[in-house]
Amino acid sequence: MSAEPVYKKVFGRPESLKEAATHYCPGCGHSIAHRLVAECLDELGLREKTIGVPPVGCAVLAYNYFNFDMIEAPHGRALAVATGIKRVQPDKFVLSYQGDGDLAAIGTAETIHAANRGEMISAIFINNAIYGMTGGQMAPTTLLGQNATTAPGGRDPELHGWPIDISRMLALCDGVVYVERCTLSSIKQIRKAKKAIKKSFQCQLDRLGFSLVELLSPCPTNWKLSTQDSWDWVSEEMVKVYPVGVIKDTTGYEDKK
Amino acid sequence: MNEKVLMRGSDIIGEASVRAGCRFYAGYPITPQNELPEYLSARMVEVGGTFIQGESEIASINMLIGASAVGSRVMTSSSSPGIALKQEGISYMAGLELPGVIVNMMRGGPGLGNISPSAADYFQSTRGGGNGDYRTPVLAPAGCQELIEMTFLAFDLADNYRNPVMILGDGLMGQVMEPVVFPDFLDLNKLPQKDWALTGCVDREARAIFSMYLGEKGELCQHNLELQEKYDRITAQEQRWETIMTDDADLIVVAYGTAARIAESAIEEVRGQGLAAGLFRPITLWPFPTAPLRELAQKGRKIAVFELCLGQMVEDVILSVGERVEISFHGVPGGVIPTPAEVAEFLNSVAKGDGKVGRRIEV
Amino acid sequence: MITRTTFAGFGGQGVLVMGYVMSHGALLKGLNVTYFPSYGAEMRGGTANCTVTLSDAKIASPVASQPDTLVAMNGPSLEKFENRVVENGLVVLNASLIEEDLSRKDVTLLTVPTAELAREVGSDRAANMIMIGALSAKTGLLSQEETIKGMRAALKGKDKFFELNEKAIQRGFTFVNNGK
Ligand SMILES: Cc1ncc(C[n+]2csc(CCOP(=O)(O)OP(=O)(O)O)c2C)c(N)n1
Ligand code: SF4
Repeated sequence: MSAEPVYKKVFGRPESLKEAATHYCPGCGHSIAHRLVAECLDELGLREKTIGVPPVGCAVLAYNYFNFDMIEAPHGRALAVATGIKRVQPDKFVLSYQGDGDLAAIGTAETIHAANRGEMISAIFINNAIYGMTGGQMAPTTLLGQNATTAPGGRDPELHGWPIDISRMLALCDGVVYVERCTLSSIKQIRKAKKAIKKSFQCQLDRLGFSLVELLSPCPTNWKLSTQDSWDWVSEEMVKVYPVGVIKDTTGYEDKK
Repeated sequence: MNEKVLMRGSDIIGEASVRAGCRFYAGYPITPQNELPEYLSARMVEVGGTFIQGESEIASINMLIGASAVGSRVMTSSSSPGIALKQEGISYMAGLELPGVIVNMMRGGPGLGNISPSAADYFQSTRGGGNGDYRTPVLAPAGCQELIEMTFLAFDLADNYRNPVMILGDGLMGQVMEPVVFPDFLDLNKLPQKDWALTGCVDREARAIFSMYLGEKGELCQHNLELQEKYDRITAQEQRWETIMTDDADLIVVAYGTAARIAESAIEEVRGQGLAAGLFRPITLWPFPTAPLRELAQKGRKIAVFELCLGQMVEDVILSVGERVEISFHGVPGGVIPTPAEVAEFLNSVAKGDGKVGRRIEV
Repeated sequence: MITRTTFAGFGGQGVLVMGYVMSHGALLKGLNVTYFPSYGAEMRGGTANCTVTLSDAKIASPVASQPDTLVAMNGPSLEKFENRVVENGLVVLNASLIEEDLSRKDVTLLTVPTAELAREVGSDRAANMIMIGALSAKTGLLSQEETIKGMRAALKGKDKFFELNEKAIQRGFTFVNNGK
């Protein structure tokens, strides 16, 4: 009689992700961010009580990939929609997932005011310094000198203004308890990003206030770089303008080192 | 004459606008019209004008209000959901009597819909979603050369009547390429003087541009009556339309923009099969060319309306000729582009009265 | 005379450029042209297609009910557009990628091993130029010289590709004229 082999599952698809292939380009940060969000929801047992709001941007179809309830919002208005959800159903777990155009250009007012009201919402902010979905126009976060189809020859501050650091601006709002910036461009950073996302979720569970995690995320397609070069560009160029780390933390949580 | 060049619809509007004297553009990206701001982001710099990618459609239209108030020829562009956001600004421009050109390259709706050509925003454009008793002239070009003519016309109408003017196309008009010949640049110094513009009150009394009338002696009423008098003038003077093969037609097809191009091919097809059809193409959607259409709607003729939506312009057709003649409608919702063959089937069905394609309108 | 050609393939095969070259060639020849690209309601990496209409008279619809010619660069495009081609029309296939047989029997078929021929003139990437050369040779709509002129106009500013593209267009012509 031979013993049944014992298998231990070491890697699998989080329950919070549907069994679907995404439409994201190879090397795109959105796929990684999706996975991190899903893993955190699974680990905190939140999937069934989560209501998510995707952006209008490349992640507009996130409801095809995330395995929890979601509702589309008009471009930029995710945090206003999320506010409505959270106020009526305070026991639900509410998150928005937004790109830089969505969160920091057209949706700036909704973003700042949701944060300032201290809405008990977690915002995941994907900063890829470009408009992905519409084909490479300048984003509010586009770096100086970076090429974009509406900033031919590179972003010039005199013509196009400076890159915006919305996370630092939000940190000024009293309703905000936690803001951290991470990158999606190395294994180590991705692990850090996951920790940050989980912490932001915890803030909501503990009803501390608004929190946001910014993820510097590669867009190889519109940056016109190879996957590897786009990851390097995040680690070498983007972080100079958007330094990674905790920007605000009034949670009082003690980070386990 | 300038050389014939092959260009895409969106780029053509961009080039035509700077030649027509536009020196200020503000907009926010949205498919299917991104090529227009992209074109102008480089071109405006070359001609010494201003290009701004605003943080939203709302910001962009309000930038137009400022730039127009100080005398520039100004333009913004967007597509359906973005135009929805501009409606507040358009209402203010009408109330403030500020000229400006708004390009709307329609896409499928409602909400996000999709980015395929559609003409579901006839109501949005001709009726407007902004508040108040105001009107916006709407020009609907159907070909690339006409895009140029309409762009020049839009700036002239806007200045002449001190009113916002819309150029209405769809995703197809923005993407299609046809050979065109551009007119020369207008001489900015020869454009009509704007004696109302804010230029700083050197040697003159201070001016104010506003749309709020709080007086209790009927000032707002008076303002609206004056606006109405202007809209009446526009209605009387600015209707534009084209007729093709209507003289001997038993069946008049009414369609605008891309739909008219498809319909024209369909008409050629059914004529080959012995059906005498002709095309009535409104070029101004507001003011709608009511009288000329009514003239065509004579006894014995039938009218077939074809739209890239499920029935909006048809209401203006009914208002124009209702009860005089039999009207049928066929529409295709956004997301699919119908072929001439499909429209030909509709026309044959209307002629036979078999009701197989489209529907008869009960008036 | 009016003739409509649909070019179809996947994004990245230079399908839109083919239509663009043909349009420019025809314009230089004094014909009326409309070029209508279909842009993706499909997601990135999806199919790309465009329709070019040439005529010596006014062109009404830029959308074709039935193209006279289909240039199919991959299998899915053939499947999608094959049945739309007019009776007795022409189907030009990229034999390097398409293994399927044509199900239509009432059209003329031309198969072009674009990748092999492109490699012969220097680079795989000129496969679309091989195709446009072969198409022009087969239809007679544009001469070799007119096709090359069209390419130069369509790719204005990208001079570094001219030499390779010219060779590829010529190779497309000789393939059709000599049968190999
Ligand atoms: C009102 C409105 N304006 C504009 C658009 C077009 N649009 C769609 S996504 C997008 C921006 C996408 O950029 P970002 O938010 O940075 O997300 P990414 O695609 O890069 O992930 C824009 C402008 C729209 N859908 N609705
Ligand atoms: S365009 Fe950029 S952001 Fe969008 S899916 Fe592709 S890589 Fe990602």
